[in-house]
Amino acid sequence: MEKQLIETDAAVIRFSGDSGDGMQLTGTLFADTAAFAGTGISTFPDFPAEIRAPQGTVAGVSGFQVHVGCGEIKTPGDFCDVLIAMNPAALKSNARWTKATTTIIVDADCFTTRDIEKAGLKSDDVFAELGLSDRHIVYAPISSLTRECLASFELDNKTKTRSKNMFALGICFYLYNLSTDYAEKYFEGRFKKKPQFIEPNRLVLKSGYNYAANIQAIPNTYRIKVSHPEKGKYRNITGNQAAAWGLIAASEKSGLSLFCGSYPITPATTILEELAARKDLGVTTLQVEDEIAGICTAIGASYAGNLAVTTTSGPGLSLKSEALGLAVMAELPLVIIDVQRGGPSTGLPTKPEQADLAQALWGRNGECPLIVMAALSPADCFEKAFTAAKLAVEHMTPVILLSDGFIANGSEPWKIPRMADFPQITPPIVPEGVEKYMPYERDTLRLARRWAIPGKKGLEHRIGGLEKDFIKGSPTIDPDNHQKMVSVRAEKIARAANYIPEQTIIGQASGELLVVGWGGTYGHLFTAVRQMQAEGKSLSLAQFAHINPMPKNTEQIFDGFRKIIVCELNSGQFANYLRMQFPNFKYLQYNKVQGLPFTVGELIERFNDELKITIFDF
Amino acid sequence: MLKYTSTEFKSDQEVKWCPGCGNYAILAAVQKALPEVAEEHGYEKERFIFVSGIGCSSRFPYYVNTYGFHGIHGRASAIATGVKVANPKLSVWQITGDGDALAIGGNHFIHAIRRNIDLNIILFDNQIYGLTKGQYSPTSRLGTVTKTSPFGTVEHPFVPGEIVLGARGTFFARTLDVDVKLTTECLIASARHDGTSVTTVLQNCVIFNDGTHKAYAARDAREEHTIILRHGEPMIYGKNRDKGLVIDHENLRLKSVKIGENSITEKDILVHNMENPNPGIHMMLVNMKFPDLPVALGVIRAVKDSTYNENVCEQLERSRQHPTYHNVDELLNSGVTWEI
Repeated sequence: MEKQLIETDAAVIRFSGDSGDGMQLTGTLFADTAAFAGTGISTFPDFPAEIRAPQGTVAGVSGFQVHVGCGEIKTPGDFCDVLIAMNPAALKSNARWTKATTTIIVDADCFTTRDIEKAGLKSDDVFAELGLSDRHIVYAPISSLTRECLASFELDNKTKTRSKNMFALGICFYLYNLSTDYAEKYFEGRFKKKPQFIEPNRLVLKSGYNYAANIQAIPNTYRIKVSHPEKGKYRNITGNQAAAWGLIAASEKSGLSLFCGSYPITPATTILEELAARKDLGVTTLQVEDEIAGICTAIGASYAGNLAVTTTSGPGLSLKSEALGLAVMAELPLVIIDVQRGGPSTGLPTKPEQADLAQALWGRNGECPLIVMAALSPADCFEKAFTAAKLAVEHMTPVILLSDGFIANGSEPWKIPRMADFPQITPPIVPEGVEKYMPYERDTLRLARRWAIPGKKGLEHRIGGLEKDFIKGSPTIDPDNHQKMVSVRAEKIARAANYIPEQTIIGQASGELLVVGWGGTYGHLFTAVRQMQAEGKSLSLAQFAHINPMPKNTEQIFDGFRKIIVCELNSGQFANYLRMQFPNFKYLQYNKVQGLPFTVGELIERFNDELKITIFDF
Repeated sequence: MLKYTSTEFKSDQEVKWCPGCGNYAILAAVQKALPEVAEEHGYEKERFIFVSGIGCSSRFPYYVNTYGFHGIHGRASAIATGVKVANPKLSVWQITGDGDALAIGGNHFIHAIRRNIDLNIILFDNQIYGLTKGQYSPTSRLGTVTKTSPFGTVEHPFVPGEIVLGARGTFFARTLDVDVKLTTECLIASARHDGTSVTTVLQNCVIFNDGTHKAYAARDAREEHTIILRHGEPMIYGKNRDKGLVIDHENLRLKSVKIGENSITEKDILVHNMENPNPGIHMMLVNMKFPDLPVALGVIRAVKDSTYNENVCEQLERSRQHPTYHNVDELLNSGVTWEI
């Protein structure tokens, strides 16, 4: 039977299985292959907090969603076109991400009564039980076919079965007309030291590919239209990798050694791991005894003249609060990256949320302003980490950069920038030989004090957490001096607005509805707004990266629209902040706190509702 | 003739401790030790930095004319660690107290010691919270009556030296605030030691815990109830230098004996070896308590081991000599890339 080849703009594939099934690798290989073939991609790993929960249970399901397509692919997609479910538990926990047209490919060997029971399902017909009877289901005996094609290899059965993920990957490659070359090259690199595993993996991958070609259950294959993005050299990058590299870039551009004091915490840990590997670029990392030591070693390193950073997630930011106040008081440069996760308390360690905004803005004792920024997408973490470091150093202040579990682990193709195109970073370091160094004298533009590095002759000085004399920096409890210092610390942060870019708008500068977002929701808001703009709807998007201070043209942007809706993955923290900053506007809200990103579908529905109501107003 | 005098280490800040506070003597000892340390190691004055936490003792950096950082409660070890790793040439001194180091900052304190980072920690132990006006501390004796323990404390105190040794410390010294000469000596030894050195100063809080160390620190009691340990010398003490320490083999503990009695001669007395890697005897020494045994003073332990800062620098240096990437552009272009 001749299979039909269908051209398509985009596809969403979701790989799911037990956390030991290698779904993250399978998804990554699929995404890289597609990117290599010239399509846009966006990925989202969805893994459990447990490292290896009991096999076959819903708690142990690990997923990886890939969105491939032409044009601007900025989200991993809402619902999937293809779901790979390696066992009933994976099917159960991912059923909600399927739609009527989804093709579900299951490993038929893993749907025994026992497997079904382990997933907490009751009947033999799990598809009916999960309301999936109308989906197109491909029963593929993946495990047994994998073992069969490796029959001639001297490997134990467990090892043979372990490569079943490559069989599934082969099926997907066939389905989307993608070559196996990239993956085969990957095997060669991955198993350089264990070459006996190259051939079995290659064989299983090919067998999956051929199997898909031969079965009638797969009637059509698809070809993703190739997108034509800007010319240049590209790579894939995750948010945490980009953040780490952005900091290293800032180190290079400032001539300051990079120091990171940190404590492992999901989902921020990979920034520390990435930095720890880069000693060749002069990066010092200390994995210290706790979150407090993370920030305090960084403060010590900053006092001693390094570009100092600490990385964390929500609960860790709580622990760092007191020390953040010290950095504000000592007016030392410091970058704090908070990769947000669901809270409060331990909350949802592996799930994204934007609920640390209030903590970042205000979670300290005293009047304690600092710069707060947010990264918009995985690749944007590079530029934002760089900018955070630049602002911290040039304005002598701590900067909190908010990321989240979604963009931190997600990846997207990135046009590799050249460091020559990035600005220099100029630390206000006091040269040796300056007479009468006054630690708290400021430059008149930024109001930043100057940085005297210990070890330099004649600049001995003492600072700390006690209120400072306005000029000398020595401790004082003088009432007028305190008032003056509180004001100048606030003014210093406010003046950073003169050094950040103006807010941009996606779409027209005026219209019916302005969608306002901040940080990592950019991809979903962008996609929804663009789609509606293409349908002729009057709406635009302002996605904020600079939260404190805000861009100077913010009010002007808000003025251009009849309605403003603030969308965020919390209960309205940014909306409330805007009500304080710009009280003359009415802010509608769209909030979601499920430990999940927005879906484009739900956003469009809500925006359409708002636009309809606008029409009825006339 | 020393390059610096103690005057050059005095800052212009007015010292604000209570009159009669033991801290004055410690400050004097530090200002006496620093010119010696500078001379011995060829340090310029700007190489010194004092880091502190919170408490009466932690005001110390303001009074020394060097670089100084007055941190937050309990975190001095962490801040000092960052300073030392970022700028390894600095001679880093940490000032802390029994509350700062052993209560709120206990975690940072033990981990700094475990890492053996080259910090000179001076722990002022007055067995009370002074700055908050008289509450018990982790070193207050069981039953101590304070404002927050009006019926006496019901918790057992820490012995700082025991914690230092338990955390695999390589240097521990103990001195008295009133003995400026011994304190100076201990601080010079501390600076000589590569790694975390902890010098505990038994210090008197004249307002809230006056006389807490008096029984053994008072001039007339000192010789009989303390022993100053010196490396390679027998552990002899007493007004007439007629008492010494031996091992009580039956009970596996230290015992005080009188030389000349029961046919004991000087040869029977233990000889102090601060460089013994086995902390067994050191542990017994730090745990000697008044009135049964003399309180051990001087450098009790000084053992060579690799330091954290050296190890960090060495890894950095090795990576820089054999870099995978030479600059950020190379890093960004590494791995899988494709052209469009």
